[in-house]
Amino acid sequence: MPEKVFITGVGIISSIGKGIDETIDSLKNSRSGIGVITLLETAYKNELPAAEVKATHEDLMEIAGIKDKRPYSRTALLGIIAARQALRHAFIDDIAAYRTGLISATTVGGMDKSEVFYRPFIENKRHGRLRDIITHDCGDSTETIADYTGIRDYVSTVSTACSSSANALLLGARLIKNGLLQRVLVGGVDALTLFTINGFNSLMILDKNPCRPFDEERNGLNLGEGAGFLMLEAESIAEKEKKSVLCEISGYGNACDAFHQTASSPEGDGAYLSMKKALDTARLEPSMIDYINAHGTGTKNNDLSEGKAIERLFGNTPPPCSSTKAYTGHTLGAAGAVEAVFCVLAIQNGIIYPNLRFQKQMSELSFSPVVALQNRKPLKHIMSNSFGFGGNNTSLIFSAI
Amino acid sequence: MENLVEKLKSEIIEALNLAEMKPEQIDENAPLFVDGLGLDSIDALELIVLLEKKYGLKVANAEEGKKVLYSVNSMAEFITRNKKG
Amino acid sequence: MPYTITNFCIIRNNKAQAGSLSYSDTSVAGHEFLIKAYQHFGISYPKFYKMDNLSRLGFLSVELLLKNHPVHQLYKPEDVGIILSNASSSLSTDIIHQRSISNRSEYFPSPSVFVYTLPNVMIGEICIRHKFSGEGCFFIHERFNAAFLHQYVKLLLDNRIIQCSITGWVEMNEQNYESVVYLIEKQSQTNNQIVNFEPGELNKIYLKDS
Repeated sequence: MPEKVFITGVGIISSIGKGIDETIDSLKNSRSGIGVITLLETAYKNELPAAEVKATHEDLMEIAGIKDKRPYSRTALLGIIAARQALRHAFIDDIAAYRTGLISATTVGGMDKSEVFYRPFIENKRHGRLRDIITHDCGDSTETIADYTGIRDYVSTVSTACSSSANALLLGARLIKNGLLQRVLVGGVDALTLFTINGFNSLMILDKNPCRPFDEERNGLNLGEGAGFLMLEAESIAEKEKKSVLCEISGYGNACDAFHQTASSPEGDGAYLSMKKALDTARLEPSMIDYINAHGTGTKNNDLSEGKAIERLFGNTPPPCSSTKAYTGHTLGAAGAVEAVFCVLAIQNGIIYPNLRFQKQMSELSFSPVVALQNRKPLKHIMSNSFGFGGNNTSLIFSAI
Repeated sequence: MENLVEKLKSEIIEALNLAEMKPEQIDENAPLFVDGLGLDSIDALELIVLLEKKYGLKVANAEEGKKVLYSVNSMAEFITRNKKG
Repeated sequence: MPYTITNFCIIRNNKAQAGSLSYSDTSVAGHEFLIKAYQHFGISYPKFYKMDNLSRLGFLSVELLLKNHPVHQLYKPEDVGIILSNASSSLSTDIIHQRSISNRSEYFPSPSVFVYTLPNVMIGEICIRHKFSGEGCFFIHERFNAAFLHQYVKLLLDNRIIQCSITGWVEMNEQNYESVVYLIEKQSQTNNQIVNFEPGELNKIYLKDS
């Protein structure tokens, strides 16, 4: 009998809160983190809203409790903060007690530091501090988190665009299920950077107003930043240690849309496949899902394609569905983990989050998202979608114990 | 105008990496985005960058983009119209 | 059931090789070789020219890997999974994008460059070409990690999540490139010499002179 995979702790930092309590408070009170950019130095400051974690480098160093002089990227700091919370939440103090892994996901890595370096450097090759770019590699933030947490048995970095951290969860769950690890800290992190703002802007998919996922008038996404980490433990370990278990990861699926580098297929083929695979691994029928935390970026293309795929799998009256990106913006590589934490909190608190700013039903879809906070106990099974460029689609299912 | 059309064809080939195409294979009246050159949404965005980079012209949104980028001719007309003004 | 490495493709140092297919050209510099190889093997896929260097390298590797292999006839699209890795992620293209936004007077970020600033877009390109819709993932490791890839691909095959995997290392930086990509199946479908899918064998192939 394969082991069940339990979630015993979560950690989160995003524009709507620097920990679980602030986060749940914002979610309950419809407080969105999307607003004017005040920390990142960009020419788009007054033009494009984004969801920043309102904390400077020094603030983050303090929250993380770091005093040494190593050059930490914003990505690494956000990751450390969420990872530390998750370990504490799971009451883990002896990392070496069991075979423990770390799987972290990111798309920009230490890009924020490289940008600090690059500007003076291109004007004068003698300028710019080289130590600022040693954090550039995507693997660096993972290594830094590994050093900080002392996890050594298994360390890996996933990079599959906006499904990156959902894939970190999927991989971690599989490794436990197959007995290769006993515990694994999984999650993802991305900081807001000029790199992504300018890039997404060139794709013309950034909304100049706060985003409106699944709305007929939706006009693009807003970028966000943050980190989410979750402690996964094998059922046998959690029982032995008499852990209080938050919920189970019961299903996961990944599929390739095989349509276009960035656009989703019109009928959401990859999305349909990943959701179906997740249901199959969890051995659930579509009707047993109580809530779908959608990928819902707010772009014309994603929401239509995802909506169509949901209809295909769940019929014309799917379970309550919402996108929490209207709260946090799109945190890219972190999104899957940030939203996984939201799902765990939803099960814990028996609440379904509203899809903020939704007004007008999409003409192509038969359903519309949840518009007000719903109290619903018990919430038994929640599905979370994360779809990335390259057509990399992942769906996860979280189940109450 | 004729010169502009020819120039645009070469610029399009370069900007979109249509390595196996020659300017004379592009029909300036044919739609750019249906079958013809097999262009996609990213190519459309790249052509918008081309108009800005080489001609200093901004396309405001996707809707306007669709009209302007219909064919090589429509692009040339857009350039001529806006340059004069 | 043991799995086998039924084919592999190595592209590095101006040489591309997969089974009986082989091509080398030392007269061209750096990434030009990829275009030469594409032309040499008579591949017709104009989108190749639109790809960034990392995607070109991955695309070409899988083209050669599957050229004489009936993968398309043997497996359903959702049963073929692609698990790749490298050290530099999409850095070679990240740099091009970064340059385009670093200078205010020459500020023209290119959307067709930006879309390649993610390494898994290469997997997407391969899936689009071959219509594969199975599981895909991209990992970043300091160096080729045979033990990791072996463990993960074996797990996917053991659990019947996929029936066949394309896996390996596709590394691209500004100066250099290296790809070693393997085809892993449950049993050998052709009469090739059977090589067991084990970390040691993956390493042996990776370290081959070529």
